[in-house]
Amino acid sequence: MNTQRLRRFGFIAAAAILIAAFVWVLARSGPLAPVRVVTATVARADIAPMLFGIGVVEARRSYLVGPTSAGRVRSVKVDVGEQVTAGQVLAEMEPVDLDQRYAATSAAAARARNAVDTAAAQLADSVARRRIAAANANRYDDLGRKGFVSISVSEGKSQELKSADAQMAAAESALAAARQDFARLGAERDGAQQQRANLRLQAPVNGIVTARDAEAGSTVVAGQAVLRLIAPDSLWVKLRLDQNRSTGLAPDLPAEIVLRSRPQQTFPGKVARIELISDSVTEERVAQVSFDSVPTGVSVGEMSEITLRLPAIKAALVVPNAALRQRDGKSGVWLQTADGLRFVAVKTGVAGADGMLQILDGLKEGDAVITHSERDLSANTRTKVVSSLIAAAPSAAGK
Amino acid sequence: MISLAGRDILHSWDKFVLTGIGLGLLIGATLTMAGVYRGMVDDAKVLLTNSGADLWVVQKDTQGPYAEASTIKDDVYRSVLGLPGVEQAANVSYLTMQVSSGDTDRRTMVVGFEPGQPGEPGYLIAGRRLLRSHYEAIADVKTGLALGERVRVRRHEYVVVGLTRRMVSSGGDPMLFIPLKDAQEAQFLKDNDAIVSDRARTAANPALNRPGVPGLVDAINASQTSNRNVNAVLVRLADGYPADSVAQEIRRWKHLQAYTRDDMEEILVAKLIATSAKQIGMFLAILTIVSAAIVAFIIYTMTLGKIREIAVLKLIGTRNRSIAGMILQQALGLGVIGFVVGKISATLWAPAFPKYVLLEPADALTAFAIVMLVCTLASTLAIRVALKVDPATAIGG
Repeated sequence: MNTQRLRRFGFIAAAAILIAAFVWVLARSGPLAPVRVVTATVARADIAPMLFGIGVVEARRSYLVGPTSAGRVRSVKVDVGEQVTAGQVLAEMEPVDLDQRYAATSAAAARARNAVDTAAAQLADSVARRRIAAANANRYDDLGRKGFVSISVSEGKSQELKSADAQMAAAESALAAARQDFARLGAERDGAQQQRANLRLQAPVNGIVTARDAEAGSTVVAGQAVLRLIAPDSLWVKLRLDQNRSTGLAPDLPAEIVLRSRPQQTFPGKVARIELISDSVTEERVAQVSFDSVPTGVSVGEMSEITLRLPAIKAALVVPNAALRQRDGKSGVWLQTADGLRFVAVKTGVAGADGMLQILDGLKEGDAVITHSERDLSANTRTKVVSSLIAAAPSAAGK
Repeated sequence: MISLAGRDILHSWDKFVLTGIGLGLLIGATLTMAGVYRGMVDDAKVLLTNSGADLWVVQKDTQGPYAEASTIKDDVYRSVLGLPGVEQAANVSYLTMQVSSGDTDRRTMVVGFEPGQPGEPGYLIAGRRLLRSHYEAIADVKTGLALGERVRVRRHEYVVVGLTRRMVSSGGDPMLFIPLKDAQEAQFLKDNDAIVSDRARTAANPALNRPGVPGLVDAINASQTSNRNVNAVLVRLADGYPADSVAQEIRRWKHLQAYTRDDMEEILVAKLIATSAKQIGMFLAILTIVSAAIVAFIIYTMTLGKIREIAVLKLIGTRNRSIAGMILQQALGLGVIGFVVGKISATLWAPAFPKYVLLEPADALTAFAIVMLVCTLASTLAIRVALKVDPATAIGG
């Protein structure tokens, strides 16, 4: 009888274990199981929005140094990476016949200078002749009036004076013409010299050579760059921000710049300029962010990530942004109430950098909202509030 | 009246329970196979549900974006948005690739989406939504990624800021959600070596690199590396507009293909996973038949093993009805134990499967009915044998 009892007890125990396991399985999975959720309380907190975008390091001032007319490069005197000073000759174009033309105009100018001297000497000669003619005319006029010489002689001398006057005037104008000729040829010579100087490509500012696009012997067209320069102190970042996430973008906002080459380091900066025209194709706004002090070794064209911090909104009503759901085309949150779940449409404000979301309308302080859930919720979902969905049960999460 | 079946079971309950558990594991395997099949179909459907779209607008004459490749320009959504009845339209791109984090890589479907638009994961199980427009990701837990982990997609590293669940491709690959612009780049950006050699090719082409036109080759290179394509536009309709008529409008006037939810389900379930689903279905059918046969044989042999005891019962004058009842009750009891063990075991090992296993209550009920039916049928065979037994065997042997 005792063994019979033991058997019966064993059987009942086995059956009980089986039934308990079955009930546990039914309660844990399937339609009867509650959906595990994580809730959060709507609270008042400061919320600091953030803008994030990527940018490329650019030089604010970059220079293309090239000839103003087509020609062949004679020599390039500097190389990429060299520091150059304003006015330094960087490269020279082939002058072709400019040197000869300069020599020709120089010779012509020298010849004109001699012509001026000749004309001046002729003028001096005619002045001397006129002085003698005037003295003679005066004397014979006096003698004629006293009757010592015939009137015709006196008139002859007077005519000689007039002739000497005319010759002097001719010599004066010949001198002026020679001087003008000299000035013209001098200007021509200077012009040739200017053209010659224009073939020497000079640095417009103090800067660094970033590219050497043509070598000696290559032909370039007017305006084509032989060398490119940048002013290294003018590096800034051209920032692109998604249009729908650019609210609050303003000049002078503090920025945190992270260069791709130095991801662990943050460089402070600020928004230097906001471009009025945004990119309609990529739907991005463009702004320039300057470094507070340009880091050494930064490369032009380097990608960087930029975070702009906007001023915080004090004591705003906030919920974690994971609570926001879309339902029937409305944004809202699931409110955990005493009698189950309720979907409440909300009006949202700014998004904080810490993942919080400002609620403008629809919720009040102290409301419990569902942030995370195992699956999509509906109004009659039974829920079970847990503190976390991942650390607590990795097996369930992995299902 | 004492229960003959109960007495008999009690007599050797350990053997009975062990037989039941063995049977149960077999039933569990069958239930799991049904779950695998349901899971495949559910994977396809959940993909559609999670995208939150009413219409899928894809390249003309394709069945994209899941079943076929589809490429459309990323400004198409603007013209779609202008149609009556369209409430929201958003670009989305899909890319199945190996995603590496640390020294492991996982097969995932990288989804490019725009926050707040269709295509965004509907709910999270941990973490937060994307805040930055670049280099943040939301991962399905099946990817094995944890919050804060960095994961590399092509050239850039992404920080996992949120985790979600049941976000898989139709093939069951877990999804990784990243901002659309990053996904566009990841999808079409070639590796650096290819870009460099492409540039060299362009520069070597005298038609493209003309001496008299400086800057031309740079412009060509720039246009070759930028990407303005997406795979689909997801459309959410305003209330009161039937999906079919808006889809018709898009097909007719925008020269794009538009699929409604029903069309998409047809493509995914009936076309994309049809063969593998049939394969599983075939196997499920065979497994069901085999399980039923084994259940029947076990009950039959169990009765045959008790033939001497039955003969004794007959000898002492037990009525046939009582003997038949005993056998039937034992068979049904075995069936119940088997089903319970099967259901428990299937539920326990289902999460360990790499792909989703969906155990539907309706399937379990059907399985229960089948088990009971098979047990009844098998016991009738056994009963026939038992009733025919000669009471003399109890003495003679």
